[in-house]
Amino acid sequence: MTKKIGIVIVSHVPEVAKGIPELLEQVAADVSITSAGGTDDNEIGTSAGKIMDAFERNKAQELLAFYDLGSSKMNLELAVEMSDKKVNIYDVALVEGAYTAATLLEADVALADVEEQLAPLKIK
Amino acid sequence: MITAEIVDKWMKLFYSKISEQKAYLSELDTPIGDGDHGNNMMRGMQGVEDSLDKLSDPDLKTILKTVAMALISKVGGAAGPLYGTAFLEMAKNCEKTQAPAELFKLALEGIKKRGGATTGDKTMVDVWAPVVTSLETDSLSVEKIKEAADGTKDLVAKKGRASYLGERSVGHLDPGAVSSQYLFECFIEAGGIR
Repeated sequence: MTKKIGIVIVSHVPEVAKGIPELLEQVAADVSITSAGGTDDNEIGTSAGKIMDAFERNKAQELLAFYDLGSSKMNLELAVEMSDKKVNIYDVALVEGAYTAATLLEADVALADVEEQLAPLKIK
Repeated sequence: MITAEIVDKWMKLFYSKISEQKAYLSELDTPIGDGDHGNNMMRGMQGVEDSLDKLSDPDLKTILKTVAMALISKVGGAAGPLYGTAFLEMAKNCEKTQAPAELFKLALEGIKKRGGATTGDKTMVDVWAPVVTSLETDSLSVEKIKEAADGTKDLVAKKGRASYLGERSVGHLDPGAVSSQYLFECFIEAGGIR
């Protein structure tokens, strides 16, 4: 059964955004994981529209969002303001943070405990 | 007073300015950033032009919101959400006031909130903040705008890609400050403060 909390990955690079979910799915088959990478023209950058779409495609109503660099956070925040879903943004190392969250969500660990384990991974 | 006609003219002038200065903006971005500010702004303004072409006789709120959405979806780099937020804030508030000093002040607050930058961080804020102050005292001029953008040369970058370089960013103009300089020069040229 799909878990109640999902994961969204945002990267400047379409291939990075596509690749990280493949890694996470190894440990979290029941967590809905969607991603947004690159601009609308698939160039390097991020797009608030693509991020909104990743929120919508995700089967969960509450989402944990992980991003790579500066401007992806700004576009993430813009998308959160325009979305109806509850989205939490984490300023942690992208791959390690998302992998930690995926592993714990799959094991039904409570969000507060997931966040406690994410705290030391904060790097930005 | 800002009107729909002024914004339309302003955006056409800014589009031409960005087309002319695209290579220079990317060149400024090369030593301290990722070298794409000119191309990003060009893509954004092309999006603005295309979107505005589809409107017929829009009101001020519609035209400001259209500019915001085009920039947010087309620019790609940090400038997209920052300029996009600025125009979105103006769209949200333009029914209450059409005074440039007040609308640009609200836009500046949006930019600061979105990017977390403050005055002296070597960003577009270092142009927007003095522009607002000058508008409040009716003393905005092309010279003041350029002076503000030129002032970013001696600053140490605290935000954005350039902040990774720290002290090494001194001696370079901030590309976002320079594109903001063009934005306000075009605003004056469009008759925004007459």
